[in-house]
Amino acid sequence: MKLLKTLTALFIPDAQADRVVPPTGFTATLTTFSAAAMAFLAVFAMALTLASGRLADRWSNELARSSTLRISAPEDQMQVQIAAALKVLETTPGVASARALTAEEQKALLEPFFGPDLPVEDLPIPQLIEVNETSTGYDSTGLRLRLAAEVPGAVLDDHTRWRKPLVAAASRIRLLGWTAFLLIGGAMAAMITLAASAALSANTQVIKVLRLVGAQDSYIAGAFVRRFTYRGFVGAAIGALAGTAAIWLLPEAETSSGFLTGLGFQGTHWLWPLCIPVLGGAVALAATRAAAHRKLREMP
Amino acid sequence: MIELDNVAYSYGGGELLSEISLQLSPGSFHFLTGPSGAGKTTFMKLCYGALQPTAGQARLFDRDVRSLDRDEMAMMRRRIGVVHQDCQFLDHLPISENIALPLNVSGRDNIDELANLKELMAWVGLKSRADALPPELSGGERQRAALARAVIMSPDVILADEPTGNIDWEMSQRLLRLLVELNRMGKTVMVATHDMNLIRAAKGQIQARVLRIANRRVQLAGADL
Repeated sequence: MKLLKTLTALFIPDAQADRVVPPTGFTATLTTFSAAAMAFLAVFAMALTLASGRLADRWSNELARSSTLRISAPEDQMQVQIAAALKVLETTPGVASARALTAEEQKALLEPFFGPDLPVEDLPIPQLIEVNETSTGYDSTGLRLRLAAEVPGAVLDDHTRWRKPLVAAASRIRLLGWTAFLLIGGAMAAMITLAASAALSANTQVIKVLRLVGAQDSYIAGAFVRRFTYRGFVGAAIGALAGTAAIWLLPEAETSSGFLTGLGFQGTHWLWPLCIPVLGGAVALAATRAAAHRKLREMP
Repeated sequence: MIELDNVAYSYGGGELLSEISLQLSPGSFHFLTGPSGAGKTTFMKLCYGALQPTAGQARLFDRDVRSLDRDEMAMMRRRIGVVHQDCQFLDHLPISENIALPLNVSGRDNIDELANLKELMAWVGLKSRADALPPELSGGERQRAALARAVIMSPDVILADEPTGNIDWEMSQRLLRLLVELNRMGKTVMVATHDMNLIRAAKGQIQARVLRIANRRVQLAGADL
């Protein structure tokens, strides 16, 4: 109930209490502007974070579902080993399906490197087997051991080796995004604290008079807190709107490869920037409150 | 209401006031006098809690000043009306709002109280100046406005520090009459002044006691004026 009362008091301005602090003119605009700039940057930090999060999920989920078995063997043993390998795979728990690529498919894979005219059939290229996993996945160490015993020419490549650094990179970018987001919040808190301290110092005389006539600290602090919370909120709302619009206007990057995902919001993520003005207001409230109570404690 | 028990006050250097024991009883009228720099303002500040004694005990309405937190101190200030030496207004608000300020900060700015405000402004003769800003007022008008602000919460005690400091004799008389009237209504009044003529003028109208600060002590000056 008390919280509700405090919140209402915050948004229904006490005209009289707000009048006791003289109007400030252009410094007010500066505070709003800084809050807007911070919110604008925050939208990009948020977009970066969400995009790298998507990327990391994609790489770790989709690629984890498939792996490749490569069989190198003398030509006369090839078919035997393929059959043996498929048999091993079919009896491995966690493998949904396994299929040897056809000669045409292998040729298509090599075409970008050797051109269309290469007589692939005459080369001793290894045979590839595509393995699709179930959602639980298989035990790759166990499978390797069994293959080593039964299909000596087989090499299992479960993509972990090159997937891991990619996922790590994406997670690191996500971490950087959050760090940037926190830094922006901290910078905004610092900026509001400076502005509020300046306003409090400029109004020392007003605060003194209010104390003399029996105003409690909460009344005096409230007049300043309402002002700066309002400026922080409005500034952050303007900045968040501008930032979101800027992201919305980004040229669409075609992501046919499936690995890249545009720096932007998708689906419900578009709602996330809505929390920036709220956070901006909250940061302004906390910063001004702390500054006001610090200042008031110094006065009789 | 206000009790000082063996109170001393010292600023960094030496003691300014020492061994002060005093009780302001309800309905009394006191003058506080003494040479400039003797500690009249400091004594007044001890009486409304703006300063804490460095030794001894000061009690306001039976509460030790040292035991009050900031909010309780604010509540105490609403029960003690103070007319400050330099008035202290909010210069960006018209004088009527300045006088009503104690009502606003205590959340009592309702219709009834605002009707009282009109009456009060008429009583101190500032009805026609209601919309003027404090810097536009003359010294006498500022002092009367400060008095109006001090009594708007109908406090039990009124402390006035040099209320006639920079106004002419006629205006001083007028201010004194207001203070005497308040005292007749039952308020406890203490006026710090170095103006002996003012004290003599008051003696004709009311039973007033005179306290004098000399040699760091407060003494009752008796009838020797």
